[in-house]
Amino acid sequence: MAVLVNKKTRLICQGITGKVGTFHSNGAITYGTNFAGGVTPGKGGQTWVSEKGKNFPVWNTVAEAVKHGGATASMIFVPPPGAADAICEAIDAGVPLIVAITEGIPARDMYIVKKKLANSSSRLVGPNCPGVITPGECKIGIMPGYIHKRGSTGIVSRSGTLTYEAVLQSTNAGLGQSTCIGIGGDPIKGTDFIDALTLFQHDDETKYIIMIGEIGGDSEEKACAFIEKHVTKPVVGFIAGSRAPKGKRMGHAGAIVSGNTGTAEAKFAAMRKAGVFIAESPAALGETLLIAAGKR
Amino acid sequence: MKIHEYQGKQLFRQHGVPVLQGVACTTVEQVEAAAIQLGSPVVVVKSQIHAGGRGKGTVYADEAMHHKVMDGGVKVVKGASAAKEAAGKLLGNYLQTIQTGDGCKQVKTLYVEDGCQIAKELYFSILLDRAAAAPVLIVSSEGGMDIEEVAHSHPEKILKAHFDPHFGLGAWQARRFGFEIGLTPAQIPAFVKTAQALAKCFIETDADMLEVNPLVVTTKDEVVALDSKMSFDDNALFRHPDIAAMLDPNEEDAAELEAKSHDMAFVKLGGNIGCMVNGAGLAMATMDAIAQYGAAQGAFPANFLDVGGGATAEKVTTAFKIILKDASVEAILVNIFGGIMKCDTIATGVLTAVKEVGLDRPLVVRLEGTNVKEGKKLIAESGLTVIAADDLKDGCVKAAKAAAEYRASKGLAPRAALPTPAAIAYIPKGKAKKAAKGKTVKKADKKAMKKAGKKAAKKAAKKEAKQAKIAKKAKKAKQR
Repeated sequence: MAVLVNKKTRLICQGITGKVGTFHSNGAITYGTNFAGGVTPGKGGQTWVSEKGKNFPVWNTVAEAVKHGGATASMIFVPPPGAADAICEAIDAGVPLIVAITEGIPARDMYIVKKKLANSSSRLVGPNCPGVITPGECKIGIMPGYIHKRGSTGIVSRSGTLTYEAVLQSTNAGLGQSTCIGIGGDPIKGTDFIDALTLFQHDDETKYIIMIGEIGGDSEEKACAFIEKHVTKPVVGFIAGSRAPKGKRMGHAGAIVSGNTGTAEAKFAAMRKAGVFIAESPAALGETLLIAAGKR
Repeated sequence: MKIHEYQGKQLFRQHGVPVLQGVACTTVEQVEAAAIQLGSPVVVVKSQIHAGGRGKGTVYADEAMHHKVMDGGVKVVKGASAAKEAAGKLLGNYLQTIQTGDGCKQVKTLYVEDGCQIAKELYFSILLDRAAAAPVLIVSSEGGMDIEEVAHSHPEKILKAHFDPHFGLGAWQARRFGFEIGLTPAQIPAFVKTAQALAKCFIETDADMLEVNPLVVTTKDEVVALDSKMSFDDNALFRHPDIAAMLDPNEEDAAELEAKSHDMAFVKLGGNIGCMVNGAGLAMATMDAIAQYGAAQGAFPANFLDVGGGATAEKVTTAFKIILKDASVEAILVNIFGGIMKCDTIATGVLTAVKEVGLDRPLVVRLEGTNVKEGKKLIAESGLTVIAADDLKDGCVKAAKAAAEYRASKGLAPRAALPTPAAIAYIPKGKAKKAAKGKTVKKADKKAMKKAGKKAAKKAAKKEAKQAKIAKKAKKAKQR
């Protein structure tokens, strides 16, 4: 079954006429995603041509894209100053799944987004994330499609390239992925670990879960408490940033140990308490997954 | 981004937060003039560095902190000549505080401020609470103290409440806290007004931290911000060019600033293995792994460096230059998982950079992902001595070894082994999923895959798994 996205997911791209939006819209189409077109305010009525020469409509508003294009998901490549506004527009238009790839959205803007989300039926993934993919069906985001293989591992991660490590290794281990969700490296975000774990726990196709966290905040600790109570499927985990100095932001806006909160030690301890299989490094994710799956 | 106290007070003034009169000075003469200009019998001369605990810090004449000058980086003095004398002992010297870590910071600016009659010292701060997606107000009656200590010894003396960033801090919220920390009815109106102004300042400047320790109640029932410590959401600086201009390059690491100007994240870590990685998570995992697998050779990451997703040859060259500037780097580890960024692009960038910069230290490269074969081929055929690594662990082991050999070649004694970090790996008992029937990997293949190095077997297993998957998919499709 997989989660969040499948063949029926009808995708639009907000910011499609930009360089990055164009590039990754082509990536989605090439992967076989059910693509409807894009939104760029002021460029409505124009035609966007994919690299394979297929024409797609450009709309001025997301509401139009929903009405005329049947959009059920939007991926957002709008630059930081307008990104939160673009997310809010998608929420207002009733798009069920919004995937915000943009990195660098101000926290104050995300306050508004979170408030709007709370009173809506939309789900936000990201921002500052690689996106969501159900192998063989739908790719929304910037991940390299070819490393994925359809299978039984649900992957959730705060980091892009570390997700790719997990994907490639689970592919090489022969277990493949049901759906991969990059929740992103920002401190204030839409979908969090617990949301993704809930989805995977209730998905028949997902038999194992890989969860990759990093320093900063306490999402991983909360997720581990949730795993202890509600997740029966084996979970493989890793936390990046054991060696990060306190008070220093490590690339991601959310990756910072402030005071004594957000340390890797605390997160690893929570994982051990919850019975998570911990990989000694990202290089060992595949091997650890095989152990968790009872295949070692 | 952090700013100095005197800059924070400029912002406070702009947002209606009561502060005392003060002047920022960079010479002793300016300090003397400022003290005369302020005209009050008592003035305070305050060292401007990006660290708290200045009053209880120690002033040294040298960066190595061998020659102590005096205690305290904040001096309460009577008269202009005393202010000038204090300034002479502070300016150009080095201040160590509880927040400067093992090091110290040079004092280049002093803030000369009026004195005032203090009736009560409070603690006041506003932080961004990521989980609640809202700012949180923290107030305590224990002003002027180390707040972490108060939180530890008297947690009941710390009051916290979230407020709506769009509505602002409600008067009722500030009022309640005011009464709960023991202010008198006469002191409440000023407290509420100042607290609301500080909250407004926090929101409007896109701050992620605002701390006033102490916030004082004067003998005239005024509430004044005696200190100011602010930092801002870097992502929002585009809306605040005035605040962005407050950046003090003296307080920042030159390499970090240079990386930032090229849209890369860099953090110096002090070890001997320079790292260049794409993606923040992978970059963190790489430095963790170096510490883990290189401990025996005393290897430690020299830096965190995320070249980002869209690294160009130019960016890679800049990254190399930044890494090589660090004299303690004895080997470089490049760890790239090419997604959208192709490995051959990265390889070209690395080779260009090496040729341009001139590589005088060993280089270990681990490439994975898109166009990995082409990338590896480019490096192999370049004629440069680049050590290829298979995976992250292999890369770390090889980098640590190469660094040790580099030291030996320079006639340097080997580094002392570092304590190996506690093992991370953990396998819970009885949690593994029982091997189910009909899974995609067969036992024989698993065994073959287990033996590292037997690439052919791995390939065969992969192929078989692929075929099994295709068959399974076909079967599924049929069932549908």
